[in-house]
Parts: sequence; structure tokens; C-alpha cells
Amino acid sequence: MAKTVVLERKPLSLSERTYLPQIVTGLKTTFSNMFKPKVTLQYPEEKPVIPNNYRGVPTLVKDPNGREKCVSCQLCEFVCPPKAIRITPGSVPDDQEDREHVEKAPQEFEINMLRCIYCGYCQEVCPEEAIFLQDQYSSSGYSREEMVNNKQKLYELGGTLPDHHYKWDKKKEAEELGNAH
Amino acid sequence: MFDWLPQNVWFSVGLKVFFALMMIGAVMTMAGYSVLAERKVSAWMQGRVGPNRTALPFIDYIPIIGPFLRKLGIFQPLADGLKFLFKEEIVPGHVNKFYYYLAPLVALVPALTTMTVLPFGQMYWPDGTTSILALADLEVGILFVFAVSSLGVYGIALAGWSSNNKYSFLGGIRSSAQMISYELAMGLSLLPVFLWVAVPGAQESGLSISGIANSQEGAAWLFLVQPVSALVFLIALFAETNRLPFDMPESETDLVGGFHTEYGSFKFGIFFVAEYAHIVIGSAIFTLLFLGGWHFLPFMNDPWPANWIGTLLGVGWFLAKTVFLIFFFIWIRWTLPRFRYDQVMHLGWTKLLPLALANLIVYVIIVTLIDQSNSTPF
Ligand code: SF4
Ligand code: SF4
Repeated sequence: MAKTVVLERKPLSLSERTYLPQIVTGLKTTFSNMFKPKVTLQYPEEKPVIPNNYRGVPTLVKDPNGREKCVSCQLCEFVCPPKAIRITPGSVPDDQEDREHVEKAPQEFEINMLRCIYCGYCQEVCPEEAIFLQDQYSSSGYSREEMVNNKQKLYELGGTLPDHHYKWDKKKEAEELGNAH
Repeated sequence: MFDWLPQNVWFSVGLKVFFALMMIGAVMTMAGYSVLAERKVSAWMQGRVGPNRTALPFIDYIPIIGPFLRKLGIFQPLADGLKFLFKEEIVPGHVNKFYYYLAPLVALVPALTTMTVLPFGQMYWPDGTTSILALADLEVGILFVFAVSSLGVYGIALAGWSSNNKYSFLGGIRSSAQMISYELAMGLSLLPVFLWVAVPGAQESGLSISGIANSQEGAAWLFLVQPVSALVFLIALFAETNRLPFDMPESETDLVGGFHTEYGSFKFGIFFVAEYAHIVIGSAIFTLLFLGGWHFLPFMNDPWPANWIGTLLGVGWFLAKTVFLIFFFIWIRWTLPRFRYDQVMHLGWTKLLPLALANLIVYVIIVTLIDQSNSTPF
């Protein structure tokens, strides 16, 4: 147990009661502050360092083979608290060899950045690790329409992220070995 | 003063007008740039860089100098002024229009009037005589300054009252109360100075500012001789110019913007300039009274030659001291928190006023003793 020490409060001395020495000390502090390095970031020219796990603009990512990972399961659409996501499900075009075994793909995927609250639930809920809140923090536009990110924009923003699973490759393998799931 | 010039009424009037315009220009520029200084110094003290974006075309392209000036924010006052000029003029519906428009002028005019009696240097003529550089070197200069500069409070009180807004009203009331309390201490703190400066046995005593400034040539500066007076005067000066820690009329945190809450665009700009003009002139007066005016250092004769170079150097030295005091004003502002209103009143009435009185009595005794022993003070 820490012992409580009650400090006796001494009555102020005369010089303390004039406050003048204290003011001088304060003046010294502020004066020395003038020569300390500045913390200001000249924003548009200098960009801040974005830490990992930063929750910026939600984006869609592709796997390192350039395949879109989203299967339009619409879980993110359901979980999104402000209903910022709107997905039109579609199917994977037949002619895409390397995307066989993928059941579905979004035909259109819109995130309304005027509604998004950057909560990150979509990233958390996505079973395919297809949607990520990355390091973009500045989104602006001249109209409301511009502020709705469509699928193409989302993939542009998202780019490619390393993948640990290559789920579609595994599925393909599994199917070739006669085990559909 | 200008004996060598053609003796013609119109010519001398024209000359006076020219000097007056120059003086207005100088004081207004200094007021504008003290706003910039305030922003820059506050930024530096808080670890920021302050305004550094405004650029004039052309000048910005000069290598090294251009970007340097831009970093210093040299053109910021221009941009600020233009902004105030071109902003939409909003007059709230509930104000008393006449007084609402009148108030900024009433605040600005006294601030600019006091500078007529402000000496800022000493002219050395080729024939060895000297004369004081001032628009009007009044014998009762300091009384004039007090009389006129206190009128500035009417602008604040009027603004607060005519705004029909409780915050502004409180600001106005506080300002008048504060002005009354500190004016007394301010006046009393100066009496010992006049006593000290007045030559024993002389018929006229030194009420002229330039006389007081010149009495410090080669002698002790008055703040060394009269530290208590200087301190009380300085504190009262802070209160009179409504600067922190005494910015009761504004006190952003409890009164929104105080007396100028309802003011916008150029009318607000005028209040702003008036405030800073007060600071500039207050600093100049403190310099003249306690810091030796345009004289070099205490106990030293002016090192500059008695010709036009000396004149310029003297004026420059005076300006340097004034600028330092303006910096001091800013420095204090970003160091000390604001007093509570009752504390301000308490300090004024129960601390400064008795202190100034006691100081006066002590110096009356000292000066009498010196006079009795027939020696002249310093
Ligand atoms: S991003 Fe993820 S959660 Fe949203 S639809 Fe696509 S796969 Fe489902
Ligand atoms: S971050 Fe939150 S609000 Fe934004 S899209 Fe994802 S779930 Fe919706």
C-alpha cells in the first residue's frame, strides 16, 4: 500500500504573493518555446505519415493475380451502419479462365462517401478479405454524385494487397481432386 | 522650426498636413504589422509557424528573398485588410444603427489623435540647435495623451450598448469599469516622474513628453529611478489597452467576442486596428517616459553624431525600443491567462492604487529631501 503523504501547504511568501517572479518564469518558458522546432506540417506539400491499420477510405482490393476478391455476398452492405454501401450482385463472366470456381462477383459496387463513417465494419465482416480501409484520408468532390465511389474507382483506390489464402486456387485444386468444398 | 523655408502660411500648413499623413501612415503600418507580429509570435510560442502563405506575384519570384518574405508572412496584413474591406457588410436587425456605426470611429479617432503629440526623435540642425520631432510638441503633452486616449473607451462602451446583445453589453460595462479603475493608478504613477524631472526651483515643471525623454539623456532611465512607477504604469497600460491579462471587454471565452461580437467586416477591422494602434502608441509612450526615448543607453551619452545621421539613428533607436515593447505586450499575452473580472477590480483598487499612492508619497519625501539639501537629482 502506498502511503499517503499529506504535504503541508506553506503560506505564500511576499515575493510569491506579488506573482511577479512567477510571471517572469512564465515569460522565460514562452520565450524558450519560440526557438523550439515547430510541429506544424505544411499539409498539401508535406503529407503526414499514415500509421498501419489506419482507417481511411474503404476500398476494394484484388489478389496478387489481379482477380477481384469480392464475391458480392453483401455482408458489408448489411453490416454498414449508415447504409453507405450498395451492391448489385452479378456473375463472373464465363470467359475468365482464372476466375473459374468463383461463384459471384459484384456487377456494381458503390460506397457513398457522404454516408460512410469510417467505422471499418465492412472490412471486419468481409469473409473474402476483399474490402479494406486503407490510407486515403482525403476525399473531396464538387457534387454529391462525385462523392459516390463506384466499383472502378474502388478498385483503383484499393489496388492489390498481398493474399495469404489464394482461396480460388485452393478451390480449384480441391475441385480437381474431386472435392467440391 | 523651419526658419530656412519660405515663410508662407499655406506652405507651412501643407507641410504639417504632409507630416500628419506620414505619421498616420507610420502608425497604421505599425498597427497592421503588430497584428502580424501577434500572429507570428503566438505561433512560435505555441510551436506553430504562423501565416506563411500570402504572396505577392512578382516579389514571390525573386529567389531567396521572395520565399523568405512569404515565410515571414510579410504580405499577410495586406490580405487581411483587403478581406475586411471586401467582406459582406452585415448589420444585425436589432442594433441601434446610429451608435452602431459611430462606435468604431469613436474607438479609432482617439487612438490616432494621441499620436499628434507623440515625439519620436530629435532633429539636430546644422547650426547646432536641436528641435523635437513631433507633430505638436505640447507643453502638456502627457495630459493631452491621457485625456484623449481615455475617450477610446466610449467607442467600446457605445459598441457594447448599441449592439443590443447581452454579451456585448457586458463587455462594454466591464471596459468602462476597468478604465475608471486603472486610469487613477496610471495617473498617480506618473506624478512622481514629473516631480523627479522638474528642475528644483523651476517655474514650469516637465509635463511635456519630450522634456521627460530628454531628461534621461546621459542619466538614469526613469524606470531605474522609479521602478514602482514604471511597474504600475505598465500594468495600467495593459489594462488601458485591453490586453491580456486584462482583456475584460473581449474575453472570448466568456463573452463570445465581447463588445465586437455583433461587428463584422470593415467595422470590426476598425476596432481591431484601433486596438493595435493603442498598443503602438502605449508602447511609444512607455518608451518615452521610462526607457529614455531616443537616447542610447542609461548613463551613456548618445554615441551618434549630432547631424542628420544622428537624427535618423535616434529615431531608429526609439522605434526599436517601441517595437520591443510591442513584442513584450504580445509576449505577455501568450504567457498569462486572463484574470477574472472581480480579480481585475480587486487588483486595480486594492493593490495598484494604494501602491501608486504610497509611491507618490515616498517620492515626495525623497524629492523634498534632495531639494532641501540643494543638490539636483541626477
Ligand atoms: S466486399 Fe466482402 S463482404 Fe462485401 S460483398 Fe464483397 S465479399 Fe461480401
Ligand atoms: S467503413 Fe463503415 S460506414 Fe464505411 S462503408 Fe464500411 S461499414 Fe459502411
